[in-house]
Amino acid sequence: MKIHEYQAKALLTRYGVATPRGEPVFSAEAAAEAAARLGADRVVVKAQIHAGGRGKGGGVKLADDPAAAARIAGEMIGMTLVTAQTGPAGRVVSRVLIEEGLDIATELYLGLLIDRAEQKPLFMASAAGGMDIEQVAADTPELIHKVHIDPGLGLAAFQARGLAEAIGLTGGPARKAAALMQRVYAAFLAIDASMIEINPLVVTGAGDVLALDAKVTLDDNASFRHVDLADLRDLAEEEPLETEASKHELNYIRLDGTIGCMVNGAGLAMATMDIIKLAGGEPANFLDVGGGASAEQIKSAFQILLSDTKVKAVLINIFGGILRCDILAEGVIAAVKELGVDVPVVIRMEGTNVDEGKRMLARSGLNFSTADSMGEAADVVVGLAAVA
Amino acid sequence: MAILIDAQTRLLVQGLTGREGTFHARQAADYGTTVVGGVTPGKGGTTHDGFPVFNTVESAVRATGADASVLFVPPSVAADAVMEAADAGVALIVCITEGIPTLDMMRALAFLEGRPSRLIGPNCPGLISPGRAKAGIIPGHICREGRVGIVSKSGTLTYEAIHQLTRLGLGQTTCLGIGGDPLIGTSFIDALELFEADDETEAVVLIGEIGGTAEEDAAAFIRASVRKPVVGFIAGQTAPPGRRMGHAGAIISGGKGTASEKMAALSGAGVTVVNSPSEIGAAVAERLRSESGAGVAAGTHSGI
Repeated sequence: MKIHEYQAKALLTRYGVATPRGEPVFSAEAAAEAAARLGADRVVVKAQIHAGGRGKGGGVKLADDPAAAARIAGEMIGMTLVTAQTGPAGRVVSRVLIEEGLDIATELYLGLLIDRAEQKPLFMASAAGGMDIEQVAADTPELIHKVHIDPGLGLAAFQARGLAEAIGLTGGPARKAAALMQRVYAAFLAIDASMIEINPLVVTGAGDVLALDAKVTLDDNASFRHVDLADLRDLAEEEPLETEASKHELNYIRLDGTIGCMVNGAGLAMATMDIIKLAGGEPANFLDVGGGASAEQIKSAFQILLSDTKVKAVLINIFGGILRCDILAEGVIAAVKELGVDVPVVIRMEGTNVDEGKRMLARSGLNFSTADSMGEAADVVVGLAAVA
Repeated sequence: MAILIDAQTRLLVQGLTGREGTFHARQAADYGTTVVGGVTPGKGGTTHDGFPVFNTVESAVRATGADASVLFVPPSVAADAVMEAADAGVALIVCITEGIPTLDMMRALAFLEGRPSRLIGPNCPGLISPGRAKAGIIPGHICREGRVGIVSKSGTLTYEAIHQLTRLGLGQTTCLGIGGDPLIGTSFIDALELFEADDETEAVVLIGEIGGTAEEDAAAFIRASVRKPVVGFIAGQTAPPGRRMGHAGAIISGGKGTASEKMAALSGAGVTVVNSPSEIGAAVAERLRSESGAGVAAGTHSGI
């Protein structure tokens, strides 16, 4: 789960990570009040959306007094912010963070995630802060310093000191940065983060070290033990159909094509999208109904697929292992009857109870096309979508 | 020989008394696997569907001589169950459970380091050596004994590949799902090493997907150490970056982990990489035909 910058900072603060003073607001008036409360010479108004690159897109601005903060916040709230990471449609800004302006001497980078190959946490630090770190990694990988963390020991003090030195810090700022890194690691473990990125980490003119920005992604698999963090989810940042799908324990991702797909299993679902593309079509979505879907879930899946008005034809590709083909057929027949589906539906199923499933489809009197292989199914559905 | 499990395997089911455990223990036993019992804390001393139930893996191993365990336990306790099995000395631990927190798996994998147990998964369909034994959820009826090994990150896509092979008369030595999570116990490389050393396996199918670098690592290993023909497919050629495609591990991030990089790496290592998932079976038949010299039909290889 992605969370907003102000939420990430609040979480990190709980574990002793220094961040600038600030508060999120939802209106221009509240922005003026927040700026006045901060009492800083200058405040920063930062649009809160789940995407980076906000500065270049006009989502981060300075204000010299509360009136200016109100004016800028008023402009930002409600605007559609387009950044390199939002895609061309952009994101509507519903809240901004009002934060004290700092006297910044140095901008650095910190990142923490799990290295899949090493199966250990990886701490990364760079003196090239405030920039697009992926660009830095591509152009000048030697500027990114990395240490792997022993899961049993945690980030050792010497490792943190080493990273601080590697990114050019000395004296007080080096000590403060090393301590901050250990706190970031403590937060990572405590909240079950899958990634924490601080870009930039700043050293002020006075030698303080703070997280000026923070991006935290939480591991959805661990949400059961972090009930307190569930409120951080911002449904406005999610595609409504994806939210609806998650309520039915369906895994749905909306895409731009015209062929709706319903598949069991993530790998087969991706492969089905691929084969549609190879047949000359474009998938409208990724939809994994999971290993043991019920007839009810199949119906919900259909409902979600058809809510996307771009869908001109539907391909159902099920390899029944645990999910039996007769259960699938029952769900599909019920959904088509109840929802009054008017786009062509192509069904390819294989595996457990496939003959019974096929008999049920044939007996239903409904207009399904069937196919015996994935390749054939893709050709048929792409053809139907083209003439629809 | 198959790899990892065969007719001699003595299988334990952790989470036997749950819905999935009950169903798949029965399926495995009916397939001919020697299922020696199950573990459900608090239910030790009872029997369930004819299988003895134990409170701990240790007591189960002591009583039954189990050397493999398949786990159908909830995600919140699965990593602990993996460690319990390893601590009891179970040689092969197959974790089917999906949705285990990544940090739990990180700790479990650290616990396994230096211990002799092998972990398959998590978030995987397990494995089957057709005609001999199975541990997991791969349907037995789509498999056939033969000479092709399969290793895959996916579940149902593996069934698809098995089905294509079986339809072409190409049986399998062992079909192994290694799982779609970011942290897993057995890698492509481990499986390739086992298949390369297995006398019965004549060709290997490798099914990868977007995310991580496991396929690139496998390609480097194949180039250096695999003489048998390998056919590969990578799912997610059309997946958009930054979106998790179902599996926790299936995400293109920071421009890394794309299908095209993986396909290029495998092709460069001599793997026959198919663009379409429907061509996996035919590509294996073709590789076996050309390996066995002029004009020998693919069917010869499946002659069991």
